[in-house]
Amino acid sequence: MALSRAQLRLRNRIILAIAIFFGVFGFCELAPLEAWLGGTSQAVTFQFFAYLVPFLIGGYDVLRNAIAGIIHRQPFDESLLMTIATLGAFAMVAFPDSDPHMAEGAAVMLFYQVGELFQSYAVGKSRQSIAEMMDITPDYANVDRNGSLVQVDPEELSVGDLFVVKPGERIPLDGVIQSGSSTLDTSALTGESAPRSIHEGQEVASGCINLTGVLTVSATRIFEESTVSRILELVENASDKKARTESFITRFARVYTPVVSISALLLALVPPILFGAPWADWVERALTFLVVSCPCALVISVPLTFFGGIGGASRAGVLVKGGNYLEALSQVDTVVFDKTGTLTTGSFDVVAANPALGVTPEHLLETAAFAEAFSDHPIALSIKKAYGREVSPSRVQEGRNYAGAGVSVIYDGEACLAGNAQLMEDLEIPYTPNTTPATVVYVAREGRFLGSLTIADRVKDQARDAIDALHGVQVYSCIMLTGDRQPVAQEVAERLSLDGYQAELLPQDKVSALEEVLAKKPSGSQVAFVGDGINDAPVLTRADVGIAMGALGSDAAIEAADVVLMDDDPSKIALAIRIARKTMSIARENIVFALGVKFGVLGLAAFGLANMWMAVFADVGVAILAILNAMRAMRVKDLVSTGKKRL
Amino acid sequence: MKKSFKLRDLECANCAAKMEDKIGRIPGVASARVNFLTQKFTLEAPEDSFEQILDQAQAVMSSIEPDCRIVR
Repeated sequence: MALSRAQLRLRNRIILAIAIFFGVFGFCELAPLEAWLGGTSQAVTFQFFAYLVPFLIGGYDVLRNAIAGIIHRQPFDESLLMTIATLGAFAMVAFPDSDPHMAEGAAVMLFYQVGELFQSYAVGKSRQSIAEMMDITPDYANVDRNGSLVQVDPEELSVGDLFVVKPGERIPLDGVIQSGSSTLDTSALTGESAPRSIHEGQEVASGCINLTGVLTVSATRIFEESTVSRILELVENASDKKARTESFITRFARVYTPVVSISALLLALVPPILFGAPWADWVERALTFLVVSCPCALVISVPLTFFGGIGGASRAGVLVKGGNYLEALSQVDTVVFDKTGTLTTGSFDVVAANPALGVTPEHLLETAAFAEAFSDHPIALSIKKAYGREVSPSRVQEGRNYAGAGVSVIYDGEACLAGNAQLMEDLEIPYTPNTTPATVVYVAREGRFLGSLTIADRVKDQARDAIDALHGVQVYSCIMLTGDRQPVAQEVAERLSLDGYQAELLPQDKVSALEEVLAKKPSGSQVAFVGDGINDAPVLTRADVGIAMGALGSDAAIEAADVVLMDDDPSKIALAIRIARKTMSIARENIVFALGVKFGVLGLAAFGLANMWMAVFADVGVAILAILNAMRAMRVKDLVSTGKKRL
Repeated sequence: MKKSFKLRDLECANCAAKMEDKIGRIPGVASARVNFLTQKFTLEAPEDSFEQILDQAQAVMSSIEPDCRIVR
């Protein structure tokens, strides 16, 4: 990264000041000043003013800020403390019993400025690399204007506009493919490196890279509402929601500086006044205190760690909506899953029609399909798909929904009913129970039982891996909640080696089932709920950490969840937990390291064992090291690959 | 009304934290966030006094970091 203009100016000034400093230093050490100027005190006076030159060149802005701070009544400003410490070192010359400290005063100021420059460079660099990592924003869209393609700003397009995406280009807006087929690199959004093939009629998300063919796409969302914009907004806002660790640092910083400054004052005054200790010695110790009094290392590096962790996670297709959720995620020891759409694909298929005596399978399916006419539940969709013909809404009236039990309509003037066994019982319709371990829909027309449909949902390929990976990160409690029947739930739970399940839950029961789990959790641990965000928004909100899956394009899920998995691969949950834990441990390292060094130097200084050099290191040196350490948080590649290896 | 602004020359993280604290205490401010990492300032305040509060926020920023500017 090139230095900014302000940074360049500071760098040049520091170089000049350092050069002058060494000139002065060499001259004062080598030249026989006392002989020339006729006495020790004249020589010291000369040195005093000589060292003031590089001091002022290098640090005049610090002095200026310090004065501004005083004017605006901002005590404990970093510049002011630094000014007092260094000017204090110069002023030591007034104590007859001490050695002159002018060289030290000037050098400490220059060293501090070098540190500040490095720090601002390191922060700028980290900020930029996180920004680059998040650089999924398309710069332009190709639009056909009078037969030739022109590049326009994606923000100019509106819904329904056609645009062309050539191979190698980023898709600028969410849309539907009008013509062409190609393969897409979705890794910027999902972290999934395998290209996905797409063709006419399919939806594409902005931010993906078109790899092979030319596509003509019709926009379905304007730029501000497109996937890319929403992801960026989410990640940027994420750094506004502070983790407890971050708020702790902010609160700590507010207390730390005043406390250290007041201790410095006491250190300078109390021993000499009460015990007659030498002034020079104790003032020097106090000045060393002041140099360590800025909490910058912590105030920068801890939020930077979280920012890096959130940025890195989003690169792997895991959007975390705030530092607080990352923190909670790191403490998760129980993961509660919704079954449908999370552990299973959610695409149901009618695998068997079991008509009652004297009923044709076609009649059974038709009745079921029309009964479900108003429903877009996955089961309803599978029945309509199996029926295969148009379900014209004009022939259906009075749609009614029995929550968690079924639906009914008036179709061609006849009451049609589709639902579970409970619904048949409730409405006192005699029926033949179907005991296959799958979802069963019973169908009735005008109060007469027509038969049942067996509907199966496929367990996702990665579901078993996902559970194993969670067990691998010490999450030993993976529980499934489902509205499905007991035998179906049991079959899935056994297949996936889940640690527990609850079946036959109505939608409202899921919240109370989760609350039971929450009530039992040990303190300090967190419970995550994973759902597809379609029917489980209340449960997502109730959990400590709500995780929505397959959220590419689902607004409701992004809204309700705390963590959003961009694709529907449940094994990303373990990855998210690992990223969260790594981020937290880096944040803790930085806190312990920065505070350890600072308190160490404070302790040494109090006993007169630390000098200003050590103090400057404890201030800016520690800040730089902590920033470099924070940068590790955004590297999640190794977590992704080791995660895969283990699976 | 909630609005986000870019900040220029926000150099110190501790100053950002101080600004956030002080701006949050200006009467009328519903919420204020000075984000050092994204160099953004988000202010939530009543619409009719928004501009006025924004000026006060700028004054607070200048008092803590003389070069720091809200880009409007």
